[in-house]
Amino acid sequence: MSTAALEVADLRKTYDNGVEALKGISLSVAQGDFFALLGPNGAGKSTLIGSICTLVTPSSGSIRIFGHDLAREREAALGCVGVVPQELNFNQFERPFDIIVNQAGFYGIARAEAKVRAEKYLRQLSLWDKAFTISRTLSGGMKRRLMIARAIVHEPRLLILDEPTAGVDIEIRRSMWQFVSEINRAGTTVVLTTHYLEEAEQLCRNIAIVDKGLIVENTSMRTLLSQLDRETFVLDLAAPCQQIPDSVGVHLRRLDENTLEVDVPKGTALNQLFADLSAGGIQVRSLRNKSNRLEELFLNLVERSQGAAA
Amino acid sequence: MNAAGNWVALKTIVRREVHRILRIWGQTLVPPAITMTLYFVIFGKMIGSRIGQMDGLPYIDFIVPGLIMMSVIQNSYGNIVSSFFGSKFQRFVEEMLVAPTPNWVILTGYVLGAVTRGLMVGAIVLIVAMCFTSLKLQHPLITLVTLLLTSVVFAFAGFINAMYAKKFDDIAIVPTFVLTPLTYLGGVFYSVSLLPPFWQGVSHFNPILYMVNAFRYGLLGVSDVGIGTAMGLMLVFALVLGAFSMHLLQRGTGLRS
Repeated sequence: MSTAALEVADLRKTYDNGVEALKGISLSVAQGDFFALLGPNGAGKSTLIGSICTLVTPSSGSIRIFGHDLAREREAALGCVGVVPQELNFNQFERPFDIIVNQAGFYGIARAEAKVRAEKYLRQLSLWDKAFTISRTLSGGMKRRLMIARAIVHEPRLLILDEPTAGVDIEIRRSMWQFVSEINRAGTTVVLTTHYLEEAEQLCRNIAIVDKGLIVENTSMRTLLSQLDRETFVLDLAAPCQQIPDSVGVHLRRLDENTLEVDVPKGTALNQLFADLSAGGIQVRSLRNKSNRLEELFLNLVERSQGAAA
Repeated sequence: MNAAGNWVALKTIVRREVHRILRIWGQTLVPPAITMTLYFVIFGKMIGSRIGQMDGLPYIDFIVPGLIMMSVIQNSYGNIVSSFFGSKFQRFVEEMLVAPTPNWVILTGYVLGAVTRGLMVGAIVLIVAMCFTSLKLQHPLITLVTLLLTSVVFAFAGFINAMYAKKFDDIAIVPTFVLTPLTYLGGVFYSVSLLPPFWQGVSHFNPILYMVNAFRYGLLGVSDVGIGTAMGLMLVFALVLGAFSMHLLQRGTGLRS
């Protein structure tokens, strides 16, 4: 069995003000994985990521990165990690090119090589035309992409993305995910936290859900999604429907006069649904799966965890 | 990281610091030139001509070493405190903290940046001084060592200030309420031998007195204090402040939670 990319064991963190942010987190991320770390605000995700990149000093527990103990082999461990933080943390008065080249320098990459890599990654993230402008003038999406370029300039084996798409428009989000997916396919392990759960569902193979400093679920995305006992479909109607006929055998919800929503038990054939709709005089023009599956599970798990805590 | 990697990281930090000094030259290099020109015109030429001699030297010559040291102290301290606190405030200090750059490389890089600015400003003030008087360097080695040690001592002091600072007020308090009074009372404009015995004794607790006088000895050959004592004290200050700076960085004071 190959060494895990990230191995966290019984990690605890109590801040000076008494807040117990991590209460014994243990998780393992396999090499090459695309791993989702989800949780509500204040769950402890950022403390966990801060501990992995040494910005937070854990009270106890251990972290191993590709087998390197972070406490004892700090430099070797950190050399394997690239971090895209939640908050902007680059010098707003420097130029993107200089920011990337300097970051490479902090990893000991010679300047000539750093310049080549800076150009490569700025081009890949569509920032080359802004490489020599003051970074303060970049748009929000560009600043996020700049932080990704900075995080990968030393070509880390583990890339940690802490809500990298917060406040970014959908087009840029898609291009960012395409880029990160390509990196992952090339072998880089990716750990992602995001509030866009449909992104996590589409991108990640494994998942951990953190709440109140504890892991409340840690499994594969497929296993987690298989826990759902029903699916929700959205129906676009060919003609407006003012009232749902009583004769329809399934429970329909009317979103507006042209749109209905229906819950179908998992594994049920849809033929009966369409037969019932036809019988009720409802003509369906198109049908789509409502992509809230992970969101539903996430809310269930967090509610269960909070109920247990109460 | 290996030695080559550390060397690259060190050069990166120093280059970034020097680039910053040159990028904001209007804040870093020009003000000392203007301020010192005014000092030389007012205290050196206009008032100095009426004062006559101090320690057997024309007054304008007497104040040159003190004014150079004052600039070196203020600029070494000011460079590191504003640069490092700025990196904390904007959080880009995290770029180095999440990288495998060792703490000693970070500290050395910032100190070298501060020393560079101190020496640049010192050279500017010397050039300004040469417009008003001509000096013959008496002890080049002592001059250079004093300049470097003073710059290093105040770079470490500024670094400690920046580590503890939580807001911009915190980086203005020490220069305003500690550095400026100590510098003015450190024999920049007068010889402490002019003071009553009690105040002469008090003045000897001021570390800047030793720095100014050691530098004056190197440049002009006169001093109110023993050169060996001055050099020893500067070395002790540099070692103690350097060790404390390193301790704070290792502990992550104000940087890691």
